[in-house]
Amino acid sequence: MSANAAPILSVDHVGVRFGGLVAIADLHFDVREGEILSLIGPNGAGKTTAFNVVTGFLKPTQGEVRLRGTSLSGLSPNRINRLGLARTFQRTSVFPNDTVTDNVLIGLHREDRGASLLEAIFNLPRERAGEAARREKARALIDWVGLSARANERAGALSYGEQRLVGVALALATEPSMLLLDEPVSGMNASETQNFVRLIRSVRDRGVTILLVEHDMPMVMEVSDRIVALNHGKLIADGTPDEIRADPAVIEAYLGKSAAAREAEREAAHA
Amino acid sequence: MTRYLPPAILVVLALLPLVLKDPYLLNALITGGIFTIGAISLNLLLGYTGQLSLGHIAFFGIGAYASALTTLGFDIGIFGDFRIVHEGWHPFAGFIVAILLSGACGYVVGRLSFRVRGAYFVIVTICFAEVVRLVALNWVELTQGPLALTAIPQMKIGFPGLGEITLRTKAQNYYLMLAVAALAYVVVARLVSSRFGRAMRGLKENEQLAISVGVNATRTLTVAAAISAAIAGAAGSIYAHYFRIIDPDVFLFTYTVTMVIMVVSGGKGALAGPVIGGLIFGTLPVALRPYMAPEAQWIVYGAVLIAILFLMPRGIAPYLDDWFASRRRAPARAPVAQPQLEGQP
Repeated sequence: MSANAAPILSVDHVGVRFGGLVAIADLHFDVREGEILSLIGPNGAGKTTAFNVVTGFLKPTQGEVRLRGTSLSGLSPNRINRLGLARTFQRTSVFPNDTVTDNVLIGLHREDRGASLLEAIFNLPRERAGEAARREKARALIDWVGLSARANERAGALSYGEQRLVGVALALATEPSMLLLDEPVSGMNASETQNFVRLIRSVRDRGVTILLVEHDMPMVMEVSDRIVALNHGKLIADGTPDEIRADPAVIEAYLGKSAAAREAEREAAHA
Repeated sequence: MTRYLPPAILVVLALLPLVLKDPYLLNALITGGIFTIGAISLNLLLGYTGQLSLGHIAFFGIGAYASALTTLGFDIGIFGDFRIVHEGWHPFAGFIVAILLSGACGYVVGRLSFRVRGAYFVIVTICFAEVVRLVALNWVELTQGPLALTAIPQMKIGFPGLGEITLRTKAQNYYLMLAVAALAYVVVARLVSSRFGRAMRGLKENEQLAISVGVNATRTLTVAAAISAAIAGAAGSIYAHYFRIIDPDVFLFTYTVTMVIMVVSGGKGALAGPVIGGLIFGTLPVALRPYMAPEAQWIVYGAVLIAILFLMPRGIAPYLDDWFASRRRAPARAPVAQPQLEGQP
């Protein structure tokens, strides 16, 4: 990952206010093509808000977000998705009453735009060919995330961890160039988390840039190329996992001032 | 098993006029059938997108008036000396105009209200139906107002090789109703199993997630509303040419309620739902008639509805589905997921 790779996503001095409450003050960072970037920060730091701004669910009160130089200002979430940005959700990552296959097929609904509504209603050859191609794609994606044994089960009946995998398959079905994961491993056990880390890496290996919001610090440290830390809606640090781990501002944000001070004293003693 | 059920029911319904000669019963079946078509169209919106159109009868009534007026012709003053004069067309052209005009109205109403959705759509559709009723009541020059449009020609259908047939008898109209109902059923079935239908279900189940994977909510719902309204318009057209008289009472709220009852009792979001509901609530008043006074009939009607919703809250069709599914052996639970991740899908 070269440090000067072109940014795929630029968050340019974004601010979000809800009335008098400042959720994000002045957030400014880039995501580079092909990297795994994590957004961390204590509860209420503005991570989810930042996520919702990037994906178009919230309009920023100032600044703008650009995807490969294209401004996302004023675009609806479905338009942003079509530009190549996909996301997963923290709690409700699936369509619970549909089977796993149908879930992924919903993500593939934009495929093969050639067949029109009328062709679909009358089940004409083009529609049938498109449908076969979509089913094949869905099957491949489901295999890839390891859910082939669950393909025909109701997504809502799957375990928490499995639903997250469905969410990822669903997001990948839209063939994004960038994937945003909102706390994907919260509530997962250690082995599920390990599987998910492997999944994130192989998604990146498919050429998809990843922006991750997560509370599980060991997981973040393991998987990230770079980390951006937020507190009180402001960026407080930006660097590699090692740099972030040693950053006094980050330690202070998570552990409080006295702890940071103690850490500094210990560092001084070692030196 | 359930795959062969719809064609089997269609065959039984198609054979019914051969044994059922009583014109009164046949009339009841046609009327019930026409409203069942309305219920099938309502199910597309209510069952598959979750949007309740409480003015659905407006699209039905617009179809009825459009078809009748296209066939009868009209001569109306717009402003000053400018008049629109229309000579009567073939009834089948009326049928097509009804479908197109109702569909267009559905599109416009959907377009206006789906930006906000939910309760707003319910309110907009109720208001729309009431406004259309008032127009039908007061635009006397066009609609004859409360005097009703009368002597609407019977439907005529041309068959290649057979020539043109005017649908005079009840049996003929029964088959027209059945053909349109089957067509409406197939259109809705095809639509909901296509990618458009998946987008609709996605919106209903988890709107945020659906939008985030690129589903255009407004467009999807508007298309659903337009198709739903077009089918309701087709039902209205059959109604007009069968009864040959329509007045502004076709826009009454009660008829919408009848369709909602058919959908909800049969099972919304199930293809067979409105058909089952239509068969029950379309024939119930007739079936009860020989045995009890009209007041008692309506009490029984209500009691049956309450009983169905009490015993099967999701409706009859989903209940039967679950029952069939539970009789098959439960599939063994598959082993826990392990990502494969090798290679590119």
